[in-house]
Amino acid sequence: MFQTTLRTLSSRVTSRFASTLVVAEHNGESLTGGTLSAITAASKIGGDVTVLVAGSNSANVAQAAASVQGVKSVLHADAAQFDHSLAEEITSLVVTVQKASNFTHIVAPSSNISKNFLPRVGAALDVSPFTDVLAVVDENTFQRPMYAGNAIATVTSSDAVKLLTVRPTGFDKAATTGGAGAVSAAPAAPVAGLSRFVSEETSSSDRPDLTSARVVVSGGRGMKSGENFALLNTLADKLKGAVGASRAAVDAGFVPNELQVGQTGKVVAPELYIAVGISGAIQHLAGMKDSKTIVAINKDGEAPIFQVADYGLVEDLFNAVPELTEKI
Amino acid sequence: MKVLVAVKRVVDYAVKVRVTPTGVDLNNVKMSMNPFCEIAVEESIRLKEKKLAKEVVAVSIGPKQAQETLRTALAMGADRGIHIETDLRLDQELQPLAVAKLLAKVVEAEKPDVVVLGKQSIDSDAAQTGGFLAGLLNYPQATFASKLDIKDKTATVTRETDAGVETIEASLPLVLTADLRLNQPRYATLPNIMKAKKKPIETKAIADLGVDITPRIQVVNVVDPPTRKAGITVPDVATLVDKLKNEASVI
Repeated sequence: MFQTTLRTLSSRVTSRFASTLVVAEHNGESLTGGTLSAITAASKIGGDVTVLVAGSNSANVAQAAASVQGVKSVLHADAAQFDHSLAEEITSLVVTVQKASNFTHIVAPSSNISKNFLPRVGAALDVSPFTDVLAVVDENTFQRPMYAGNAIATVTSSDAVKLLTVRPTGFDKAATTGGAGAVSAAPAAPVAGLSRFVSEETSSSDRPDLTSARVVVSGGRGMKSGENFALLNTLADKLKGAVGASRAAVDAGFVPNELQVGQTGKVVAPELYIAVGISGAIQHLAGMKDSKTIVAINKDGEAPIFQVADYGLVEDLFNAVPELTEKI
Repeated sequence: MKVLVAVKRVVDYAVKVRVTPTGVDLNNVKMSMNPFCEIAVEESIRLKEKKLAKEVVAVSIGPKQAQETLRTALAMGADRGIHIETDLRLDQELQPLAVAKLLAKVVEAEKPDVVVLGKQSIDSDAAQTGGFLAGLLNYPQATFASKLDIKDKTATVTRETDAGVETIEASLPLVLTADLRLNQPRYATLPNIMKAKKKPIETKAIADLGVDITPRIQVVNVVDPPTRKAGITVPDVATLVDKLKNEASVI
């Protein structure tokens, strides 16, 4: 009893003023892995963690968010204007919620969605966000990469509210059970009505999501054609991994943009990253060099990718990849 | 229709930067126009070539040498330049919120129908200025654009998302940020580089714009990322499989 009180007291002292809003991303069924990582980052900041779930028919997601470890409460904004994450609408919601509750921190997983709306929230609140936070030093101080991950800056700010996007690969995912948050309705936000969603095209795949896969097999210009990516698909399927690509492979039209790994694409940090026919430009390394084990298969022994690879194989990929698939 | 395009002078994308405790060493390093800004300039010029835009104005905030960046935009086809001069470091001292406030002043004066920026600069990797600017002006925003169509004061924009692409629609004025796939920027030809020297560049002082540019974020220190320990070259696939199974234990 006494110990519990003490613990509660000390946790209050270290983060007496912190209260964090996590803006959730979800697919209509469950929270994304990135959101679970953002909840972990929020827990590290200290203080109470509130998750904001927006979108029509998202009651299930709100309930799921409430049971995530570390979540104190869930705000649920059940309205159709939030369905396609238009920056103007999400901003209206986040600003309304912030004005009602005065959070000290607003956190979102790093993604195209958050990079779209969070600066707009920053403009409304006159606050500068921290992009792509890799680590929480204390509630005001964070680490983030610059120059394609070639410099790590420790940064702080005296803004009254801290806005952060957090890099999911920098934080473990919060457990989806063990929490007992209370769900309540978010305050109604005015409809911005500045833009309109028309349509979307997403490539569906049975493979795991690129950013959270345990294994990623990526191809570059050396693949020579989109058809040849079938070799990587087969290898990825055998390893239950995802398929990624370098910018060269995307620009050449071998695979769609959303598979791009790098400074301007997705950042991944799987257990195993297999780079096939990828030279290893600075911009590509920015998206994968935190992988636990890196394998490079390239016939050019001088390719920069070998400088970050744990295991390098100098061989024609068209021989090596089928053989690897067979032997695994 | 008038287009305003914002361009930034950054360390060239191919340079391997050297880290010092206070920031990346910028002395004697090759500088160039940020690659995403080149795409933004190209798209602006294409609007003019499609007869949708009458004038393309390029704006850059930075040291004296930012004029070279503006000349590049003019050589690509922009009509005139606006240079807002500052000696602050663009990778950490003059920050995106301040830049957006300065650009908002330019927008108020120039009244463009479309403001085009790159999606991010490759030095600070913040990806914020476009969103800030749209928010400050209360304009709709179309970030990470890979396709732009404008018809009757309405823009239809295809955006790159995490899962694919989406199309949105918004009326002008609009803030657009360019993604890699929006276009392939042209090279400035020698005759156009010569012509660009005669195009006007107006210089403004930050002090005259009435904007608070105090940095909001303080850099405590900058360090190298952790280095990876040297790897090995394996002779064949069989050895690779063996290492992955027994040494790295990842398969």
